Amino acid sequence: MQDTALSDMRVLDLTQYLAGPYCTKLLSTYGADVIKIEKPGSGDPARNMGPFPNDEPHLEKSGTFFHLNLNKRSVTLNLKSDSGKEIFKDLVRDADMVVESFRPHVMRDLGLSYDTLKEIKPNIVLTSITNFGQTGPYAEYKSSEMVLYGMGGPMYNKGNPDREPVSLGLPTALYHGGSVAAAGAMGAFFGARYQNVGQHVDVSLMEAVLGSVDGRIGVLLAYQYSGEVTDRDNAAGGFANGVFPCQDGYFVMAASDNRMFPRLVKMMGDPEPLLDPRYLTPEGKRDPDLRDLFEAVLIGWTMEHSKREIAQIGAENGLICGALNTIAEVDTDPHFNERDVFVEVEHPDLGKIRTIGRPFIMHESPWSIERTAPRLGEHNEEIYGDMGFTKEQLVQLRSNGVI
Amino acid sequence: MPNLPLEGIRIIDFTVVIAGPAATAKLADMGAEVIRVETIQEIGAGGRVNSAKITKEQVQHAPIQRRSYPDGDPGERPWNRGANFNAHSRNKYSMTVDLHKPEGMEILSELVAVSDLVIENHATDFMERRGISYDWLTDIKKDMIMIRMPGYGTTGPNAYWRSFGISAEAQAGRALLNGYTDMAASEIPWRNPADPVHGATAAFAAIVALHYRNRTGKGQLIDMGLSENILGFVGPAFLDYQMNGRVAENLGNRHAYGAPHGCYQSNGEDRWVNITVLNDEEWTGFCNALGNPEWTQEDRFSSAALRLENQDPLDQHVAQWAAQHDHYEIMHLLQKHGVPAGPVMDVADCYNDPHLQERGYFEKVEHPEAGTHLYPGMFFQFSETPLSIVRHTPLLGEHNEYVYKELLGKSDTEYAALEKAGHIGMDYAPHVN
Repeated sequence: MQDTALSDMRVLDLTQYLAGPYCTKLLSTYGADVIKIEKPGSGDPARNMGPFPNDEPHLEKSGTFFHLNLNKRSVTLNLKSDSGKEIFKDLVRDADMVVESFRPHVMRDLGLSYDTLKEIKPNIVLTSITNFGQTGPYAEYKSSEMVLYGMGGPMYNKGNPDREPVSLGLPTALYHGGSVAAAGAMGAFFGARYQNVGQHVDVSLMEAVLGSVDGRIGVLLAYQYSGEVTDRDNAAGGFANGVFPCQDGYFVMAASDNRMFPRLVKMMGDPEPLLDPRYLTPEGKRDPDLRDLFEAVLIGWTMEHSKREIAQIGAENGLICGALNTIAEVDTDPHFNERDVFVEVEHPDLGKIRTIGRPFIMHESPWSIERTAPRLGEHNEEIYGDMGFTKEQLVQLRSNGVI
Repeated sequence: MPNLPLEGIRIIDFTVVIAGPAATAKLADMGAEVIRVETIQEIGAGGRVNSAKITKEQVQHAPIQRRSYPDGDPGERPWNRGANFNAHSRNKYSMTVDLHKPEGMEILSELVAVSDLVIENHATDFMERRGISYDWLTDIKKDMIMIRMPGYGTTGPNAYWRSFGISAEAQAGRALLNGYTDMAASEIPWRNPADPVHGATAAFAAIVALHYRNRTGKGQLIDMGLSENILGFVGPAFLDYQMNGRVAENLGNRHAYGAPHGCYQSNGEDRWVNITVLNDEEWTGFCNALGNPEWTQEDRFSSAALRLENQDPLDQHVAQWAAQHDHYEIMHLLQKHGVPAGPVMDVADCYNDPHLQERGYFEKVEHPEAGTHLYPGMFFQFSETPLSIVRHTPLLGEHNEYVYKELLGKSDTEYAALEKAGHIGMDYAPHVN
């Protein structure tokens, strides 16, 4: 077996729900030994989030949990009990990093603050992923995907001027925050490993979204520069930019600028009306009549073609086009399939299931699926056994509600 | 104070637009020496500006995003004054070299020899046309790391397609899942959330590869397709399709698990607040916060399932209530009762927000050609080696002397000759439009 990139890294993972587990999923994908520490009995609340086969909820059958926890091990541990805390501290001695996503007071109240962990292991990295960061007036506030997107992100600018702002689909802000956290956590790990400097990494999901979902930092700085508050519109920048209908759905295109527009016209066989030179002038680009004419010609052509055809022909003509795939079309996408993006994983409760593999390819230290998503406490015996606990002691800990 | 974590790592940066610069910004913040390799002989796609000669008159009619120069004026050197570029390139260095000339490639190879990692996010053929392949790099430096981040990766049927964030995330199924539920997909707002995500993941990948190199002596090529990275966001929806054959639909501002979940107009002109109630505990908190008005006690709102079923009348009640209060006031009140809620903030709200101010999120930066402004700050913060903007966004070619003379050991005479040959400069060549 080839060595994975992070095979010498051990992470204690206290995170729950989406953002934190997405961060540690990136670590476990590339080989880190991520030990997920869950609450005895119920575990990560994401275990209650769908999809479930036949929509029947089951602690070991959550699609969300499965997706976010591949390659991790799971132990149960009650961090509120004294012996639970001691076991956790013992685990810290052999760990490189702790990642947690509780509200800021929780680790302090548990007596497991960064200062305490540092005494146990001086170069430990504690990565804390919270809604609003470790400090400040909102530190303990709750959030959700949409609340984060509205506060940190550009939601105010998204939608129609005469309607309510509209959020992003899927938990994009949360997963984005998880990716940002992984970059920071990995940087801190690098400093711990090679400069022997531990670190408390403070990840505020709001600030991760500010910097930036949808290029938000550029828009924020633009306001500082110009003093103009960006308003809400659906404009994509010119009328050949945007999402358009076609024979079997929709495709997206960016062809408004003067380099791209003639390519688009050529692609459609040089239709007479679009050869009008006014299409290349600033005034013409704002003319609603020209826009209507353009759309009529474009859609006349696109309705004769499928989204995949348009993406393909567009690419051949040097345009930027893309099919708006449904999830079913994602599954059959020829490009994804040729690059082996999807993998089949055997899971004791879900059976064999086709899922999404690695986010990127490392040629020298490839990722692999070492294990499926863990059952709650699946690795208690393995991990606590390695620490020297006997079977009898584990039974005792279990009956005391520690594990 | 100890060194920043990536102190001593040198990165050659060919990135453009957002995804790549978002990656190298994080690496530069953490102490890597990120050198942008630019040229004064052309403005490529996604460069600092669309045109070197853009005027104040031209930008006046452009959308706000394109007017984003200090005081709306592109000035003498527009390429040093654009907000998007300047926001993404703090803490980096800039050098210029003309890679279309053999001696330019020679300069690059000298820089490669003293660097750790090369990163780019162009269309796949861009680097190939310049002869900058991973093999070329490793012939010069055996353990070089190269990160390539085109829209679709560097192999497969779409490898050479040009892309934007939105075309790549459309392939991954994300783009179809946003917008108003009562409008066609062709009316959806234009957005590119995938670009910065790809940047964050690339920064992560870079450090993973640096660690692997440190412990094994091996560099490597990393192939990152933006559309594949964003698939990670689609995971549960993909699994729902595998498990139940269900094809995910756009939910707009609503949520599959709970209600009320929406964006409601609050007191004031175009002021909005997000309120998201996903479980019974939050619903109880919500009712308490409102003082338990009669309608909250109605049977049809008494369970999560019923609230989902009766979402339309529920939303009407919530909207009526929200309209009477200020968006910030609603956040504080509901949060006090454990309900996730927050204002929909415009850019001015962000700068005025007391929380961000107390955390010092925005940082004052003096830029020699753009003036002094508050910049969006760190992506995350470190306790032992606090991160900050220590270096203003580089002017085009600002660090030519440092790179050519200090790093590559060029003499004053050689430097002057390279300047004359069009490699070195701080202004685009006269022919560049």
